[in-house]
Amino acid sequence: MTDDSLDSPSRRRALGCLAYGGAGTLFVLAGGVFTPLDLAAASADPDRTGRLGRPLFVQLSDTHIGFNKEANPDVDATFTRAIDLVNAMPEAPALVIHTGDITHLSRPAEFDHAQQLFSRINAGEMHTVPGEHDTSDAAVSEYFSRFGKASNNKGYYSFDHAGVHFIALVNVLQFKPGGLGTLGADQLAWVEDDLKGRSASTPIVVFAHMPLWSVYEPWGWGTGDAPQLLASLRRFGSVTVLNGHIHQIVQKVEGNVTFHTARSTAYPQPAPGVGEGPGPLKVPADQLAGVLGIRSVTLAKHPLSLALADRTLA
Amino acid sequence: MSVRGVLAAALLGALFAARVGAADADTIQVSAKNFMFAPATLTVKAGTTVTWVNLDDEPHTVASDAGLFRSSALDTKERFSFKFDKAGTYHYLCTIHPQMLGTVVVE
Repeated sequence: MTDDSLDSPSRRRALGCLAYGGAGTLFVLAGGVFTPLDLAAASADPDRTGRLGRPLFVQLSDTHIGFNKEANPDVDATFTRAIDLVNAMPEAPALVIHTGDITHLSRPAEFDHAQQLFSRINAGEMHTVPGEHDTSDAAVSEYFSRFGKASNNKGYYSFDHAGVHFIALVNVLQFKPGGLGTLGADQLAWVEDDLKGRSASTPIVVFAHMPLWSVYEPWGWGTGDAPQLLASLRRFGSVTVLNGHIHQIVQKVEGNVTFHTARSTAYPQPAPGVGEGPGPLKVPADQLAGVLGIRSVTLAKHPLSLALADRTLA
Repeated sequence: MSVRGVLAAALLGALFAARVGAADADTIQVSAKNFMFAPATLTVKAGTTVTWVNLDDEPHTVASDAGLFRSSALDTKERFSFKFDKAGTYHYLCTIHPQMLGTVVVE
């Protein structure tokens, strides 16, 4: 596979766009490394966007059903807007991936309501991982009684779709006091085993709730044992790591591994380290939709590539 | 903890109790505010009930490191109580924000 775009003017333009927070940026995976391309350039280049295939999946995150504070008194309305955007896509995505914090307080009524809303999404199948807000009931059972089947109640599992290997991980169950998210030895060993014998040319998508790299440790925005996970992934030519948790887009490239956190559909959070803590960020009501969003990921077969497009709910 | 520390903790507890109008002298309150437990270390006599109240817009939990107690997620102004019967040092954290740490010393 050749990468003809690494030094292209569109990439340089797009990197400038990235510096403004990644809004409206399209990512094209070529030669195993994401190549950002701003949407204005993409639309002026019909051949390039024409190569993008059908939507592979949509990433939703941090819906926080049950939240009703000042930062967004109506999370149902903003999530409904997100669902409407998915349902308005020209072709229904084969998968929807929810990267956690489905609910705000892990309460049964919140989960039930979230599932009712999910049933409105026009997509092939839905995959989830829990956030720490989904496992905050004393018995840690509400999430697993509804979404535990895919992972045999472990929280982590893998599946293949359209030539891409997907790995769902859970890093919100073994918090160490004062520490970051944790995957744990059992899960890391399972990943190692899951990847054994797979061709290095298989595109890998890893998704978990908390960032799988250290975004900001004082707020716990990271996963302590993620380096061991990355060691298992390093031999693959294309690894896309998707997370939620921090309600904003932060991205990083490390070799063939690209990391992307996602916007929430419920409320924004402050930039790392800004303010007293990582609580809900209040923005003027008319600006809220502009800081919430969803992500769609497209698969192109010739060459095999993934493209990410983030869009706000505005 | 020094005698002064014990007095300070007891005084702080009394102030919180007075603020919420708790009549039970054997109940002491700890707040969760701005992603911190206050007081972070509390010293009480055996038989004391400690009540945590969440004063943030973000939910918090109270979970013993040793698995002795674990609250559900506390929404704003919600409370969780636990009665400490035995002397010892009990460390706890918020499972949603594990950087939030607290200790109850029972004498």
